[in-house]
Amino acid sequence: MSGAPRVPASLVGLVGLFAIWEVASRTDLVPAYYLRPPSVVFPRLLELVFADANFQRALVATLSATVLALVIAVLVAVPAGLLLGSVPAVRHGVMTLVEFLRPIPSVALIPLALLTFGTGPDTKVTLAVYGALWPILFNTMYALDEIDPLHVETARAFGTGRLGVLTRVALPHAAPFVLTGIRLSFAIAMGVAVSVELLAGGSVGIGQVVLEAGSGGFDMDTVLAGTVLAGLIGYGANAGLELLQRKAFAWSTPRGGAR
Amino acid sequence: MSALVRELRRWAVLAVAVVLWELVTRAAHDQNFPPPTTIARAAGRLWFSDAFADHIVPGVGRMLVGWAVAAVIGVALGVALGRSRAAMAYLGPVFTFMRSIPPPLLVPFFVATVGVLDLQLPTIVFGSIWPVLLNTVDGVRGVDATKVETAQVFRLSRTQWTFGVVLPSALPKVFAGLRLSLSIALILMVVSELVGSENGIGNRLVRAKSDYELPDMWAWIVLLGVLGYLFNTLLLLLERRALAWQPRHSLEAKTLATGG
Amino acid sequence: MTTMLEVDGLGHTYQGKDGAHTAIDGLSFTVRAGELVCVVGPSGCGKSTLLRTIAGLVRPSRGTVSLHGNRVDGVPADLAVVFQDYSRSLFPWLTVARNVEFPLRGLAKAERVARARDALAAVGLDQAGRKYPWQLSGGMQQRVAIARALAYRPALLLMDEPFASVDAQTRFELEDLLLRVRREQDTTVLLVTHDIDESVYLGDRVLVLSKSPATVVADLDVHLGGARDQITTRASEEFVELRARVAGLLQGKQATRQPVHK
Repeated sequence: MSGAPRVPASLVGLVGLFAIWEVASRTDLVPAYYLRPPSVVFPRLLELVFADANFQRALVATLSATVLALVIAVLVAVPAGLLLGSVPAVRHGVMTLVEFLRPIPSVALIPLALLTFGTGPDTKVTLAVYGALWPILFNTMYALDEIDPLHVETARAFGTGRLGVLTRVALPHAAPFVLTGIRLSFAIAMGVAVSVELLAGGSVGIGQVVLEAGSGGFDMDTVLAGTVLAGLIGYGANAGLELLQRKAFAWSTPRGGAR
Repeated sequence: MSALVRELRRWAVLAVAVVLWELVTRAAHDQNFPPPTTIARAAGRLWFSDAFADHIVPGVGRMLVGWAVAAVIGVALGVALGRSRAAMAYLGPVFTFMRSIPPPLLVPFFVATVGVLDLQLPTIVFGSIWPVLLNTVDGVRGVDATKVETAQVFRLSRTQWTFGVVLPSALPKVFAGLRLSLSIALILMVVSELVGSENGIGNRLVRAKSDYELPDMWAWIVLLGVLGYLFNTLLLLLERRALAWQPRHSLEAKTLATGG
Repeated sequence: MTTMLEVDGLGHTYQGKDGAHTAIDGLSFTVRAGELVCVVGPSGCGKSTLLRTIAGLVRPSRGTVSLHGNRVDGVPADLAVVFQDYSRSLFPWLTVARNVEFPLRGLAKAERVARARDALAAVGLDQAGRKYPWQLSGGMQQRVAIARALAYRPALLLMDEPFASVDAQTRFELEDLLLRVRREQDTTVLLVTHDIDESVYLGDRVLVLSKSPATVVADLDVHLGGARDQITTRASEEFVELRARVAGLLQGKQATRQPVHK
């Protein structure tokens, strides 16, 4: 779904959601103890973000792990995708293995990663890279499948060599697909980072803060504030990357794909 | 190249990889990375023991039920709302926001509200509903103008229109959403069982880790991979049946376009 | 006049799943420096294969191609191509000016910019350099493709049905544009087309090809002079006579290798 809804309507929708939530929790339609009203959750959210050093540290830890994982994933997946996309023999071999590796959910590897890398940020980043790699890799590879043969022929007719075709034709052609991959991968990387934080006692991050608030202190304000904040970050990142896509790749037709 | 040769070569590549894996792990002698033969022995012992009825069936059952509930609600809502521009203008951002919450972060919320032992099902339903819903909306929106006009000319009833035109046109997108949801459901099954559950594969996995039973841990990881592969393949078969009328897409693309 | 292009016994056979397909066979002709030669043939006769073998994009099964005496093996350095499908041969991610500069890698930046500017001016697009191809009309996009080829300053310019995808009015404009720039820049051009009128209107010579596998059935000199006009030239006796002759040859009437001039 690429067409952004009109801003007022979309705002009305979100505000409406929070209004219904507020009413539901105020009128005891749902247990107010669990579903704290937004009028409590949002002030708490602001307090956490602006005044709580502990939470700030957690937020920075989660976000930096996510972004770092994305950067590494791009650095690995784009060259790998270009290679796999242009050398069929390598591709057939590698894809066979990937086909069997890919179904392993990244979170299933958390215990193994914890044993291998400890509870520090290494575990989070490594697993987030593993999760974020695939959409970028596949998008790069399939972009090469869809490249217009006439573009390649044109470049070759003007004396561009194999490497030149790869960097000056294939890469720019693939760029919008790569960005779509990054957009999909952001959510995955953040999800994996949060999962690791939920499970590794010593891993600082939003996941850990929220889990502790939920299980130890039953501090539902923090649970909801943290969850809503993560949702807003994901929403913002997605919207921002979509905007970047429209601005930077205006020449490219919008790409669909499952979301 | 014939399909048989391709299939043979695929398995040959896999066999070579497993042999290499065996040799490397044997040479490395790393506790954390037991050789595949050891893992296979552990798997043979664990998968077909009491654990099958006590852990695999309940955990996988919850996942499939949760995914099915999410699929039914998601498709129904998507078909109902997708054709209305106004409804989606208001609700689209709400759904997208819900979709943007990292699904594992639902675990703490459900830990607090329904408790550690019952959180799996609601977490899976809530987490995996959005991809189905949003992709169904996408598919339903994409019914082309000619089909709309054809339906009007033939004065189709509402039921005929919904089940005869809208749903079939949206089906490819619906399946794309179902595949994404399935992979999210599997992830949430694991995460929720890792955090807390009295049974399930995740529960066994975390137990094996704390007991430092590395071959067992690997056996459970491999099982999760096998299940992921199996469910995705079954869903693809179903999809190919349901979309037999459609021009074929790349199978490879579909196998791999899963999230998480 | 020196020989720019020499094609000798050229043949190409594609190996497909359902047997071999011979697209061209035993083609021989030469193009002298500064000439504009049109190759006309029925659709599907292998014109594109001919052009791709000359460009070095396809390695021919038989025969040789030589560009100013050098045997073509791979893409020659001083050759440019304008394809029919401008929307696919221009790079959508580059601006018009960058598209024109694309093949000029290796030159100094200032030289690249200057050449692109001159080439765009030559095709009447001095203002469009910062636009993207898709912001231009079809005819303008094809002008960009022509400018790109000109900026490269090729020894030989190959054109594959360059005006087949634009409307009739634009087509006339582009034909005259081509005649003007090749006169100004003294470029050697080999243009492939299926349009009889176009081949006669543009060419110094017209090579008529047979049905697939294509062979040369006639090599006709065109005596219409340097200055041509869409209305008067097309109405002239010589033009009408020539186009009838080419049409007859394409329909399979008695082929002749005799030049038409008296």
